[in-house]
Amino acid sequence: MTECWETISAYAFRSIGFGERLLPREDFTLCQQFTLIGSGLLWNIYFGAIALAAGFFLATAVALGKAARNPLIRKPCEWFVFVFRGSPLFIQFFFAYQLFVLLPREGIEIFGLTAETRWLTRAWAGALFVLFLNTAAYSAEIFYGALGSVPKGDLEAAEAYGLTGWQKFRRITWPTMLRLAWPAYTNEAIFLFHATTLVFFSGFPAWQQRGDALYYANYFADKTFNPFVPYPIVAGYFILLTLSVIGLFSLINRRLNRHLPSEAKRIRYRPQLIR
Amino acid sequence: MSKTVFLMFEFCADPSTLEGLAWVACYLTNGKHLTAYLSFGTVMLLLAITAPVSLAFGFAGATAARSRIAPLRWLGKGYTAIVRGVPDIVFFLFFVIALDQAFEWLRHQAFCPDWTEPVRQGNDFVVCPEAKLPLSNAPQFVHEVYGFSLDVLTFAIVFGAFAANVLYGAMRAVPRPQIETAEAYGMSSRQAFWRVLIPQMWIYALPGLSNLWMILVKATPLLFLLGVEDIVYWARELGGSKGPIFDYPHPDWTIWYFLALLVFYLALTRVSEVVLDRLTRRLSHGRATAGSGAAGAG
Repeated sequence: MTECWETISAYAFRSIGFGERLLPREDFTLCQQFTLIGSGLLWNIYFGAIALAAGFFLATAVALGKAARNPLIRKPCEWFVFVFRGSPLFIQFFFAYQLFVLLPREGIEIFGLTAETRWLTRAWAGALFVLFLNTAAYSAEIFYGALGSVPKGDLEAAEAYGLTGWQKFRRITWPTMLRLAWPAYTNEAIFLFHATTLVFFSGFPAWQQRGDALYYANYFADKTFNPFVPYPIVAGYFILLTLSVIGLFSLINRRLNRHLPSEAKRIRYRPQLIR
Repeated sequence: MSKTVFLMFEFCADPSTLEGLAWVACYLTNGKHLTAYLSFGTVMLLLAITAPVSLAFGFAGATAARSRIAPLRWLGKGYTAIVRGVPDIVFFLFFVIALDQAFEWLRHQAFCPDWTEPVRQGNDFVVCPEAKLPLSNAPQFVHEVYGFSLDVLTFAIVFGAFAANVLYGAMRAVPRPQIETAEAYGMSSRQAFWRVLIPQMWIYALPGLSNLWMILVKATPLLFLLGVEDIVYWARELGGSKGPIFDYPHPDWTIWYFLALLVFYLALTRVSEVVLDRLTRRLSHGRATAGSGAAGAG
């Protein structure tokens, strides 16, 4: 047991560069596998949480753009959604990595300011950027669908109360859109966390063997030639992660629907395969 | 005997003299590129086999999940549940090794009952030579076919679980009175299942299955991770910079190859979308509901 504590203190934050530098090479214990794979999970949470939070705002903007009447706004938004939803994330990662590698190392001059580009070839920034755009496109499609389903009566009532423009959007259209989109958006969030496992298998190198949960599971499976231990461990961690996401999202759902009678607040979460 | 090289065009015989369009034409039709084009066929082959097989797996899973026999029901429910919380790529990486080892272990039990050493020795997985899959003296193409079949089976298992989810939902979406009417006409529950439930189920399943097809198309590049020489492999192989010792030297062009793959997939998903839309519209002909209404959020 004390041995396991030592392993935990050595490897718990290995994936972000703290603790023991060398990965275990032989006599792999269960404790090592649990610790390292759990350590890698930090990356999955990092990628998923930030991409989701940032993507939310871009998605709202793109959904509104897609619903706009002006083709100069609508067309680019439609293309953005089409390109990111129509191609595999795996290929997007490869393509983006090659693109980032080609950027000049010393940065790009924009209006006298130098935009740093070096870190885009690193997973923490480059892959995050791709995930951000990807989830924004998928969420935008969900929000766009919800935007079209906002009841006309609600909007007319808002106008009758004298709400226009930004106020109408902020108080009526946007909250209703979110309420309608929320179950599907929960689903998208889950898929996004799952998609983060692709990062270190798609061009972006795991610098100093700092990888995500699947990276370490794959490491153990390669070394022990036994897939029956590390992969179920990743699966277990991801089930926990998925359950937490569902929990968090249903809390927000309850807040969004707080004006409704109590039984309508709960979403019976039925996982959909909309990605 | 001199090495014979297949040439698409006569003028490609000496690449160093070529320029401009002729160079491009010869470059894009050299031996390696022609092999690479075949790998698009690999993707299509995977789709063509996986789609029906996973539909069959899904049908079996959904039927099992509805079964009256408890253990069978648990099996079906468990199968449909596995893909919900876990990334599919974990299953891909897992099943390819796990299935291989499972098959070899079964053959080991059957062919070498006298073998006393354990199968797992430290970090090795050892079975008797007769149990090896494929046998060590098998020709190269048997190895390749075996590897690809494992990948197809892996895809089918994972997407079968997705399909089971969709079909299970669709079977429950068929209005209950339809079955009751069938029973009132004296059909047994088996007859009602095959003659009423199944034909009516498809229209409810179609939005989910369309979605699944899109996910399947977008999952095909993961073949690369399973060690198949697929289009991603060739994009990296051909795109990498080629020094002067090559017939067609060029700098690193990987990005253009990936751009081509991106366009290929965009075209494939776009065509699928149009075809599936048309199919949905045709199948929902005469139904008093919005054709794509079932595709909405759950």
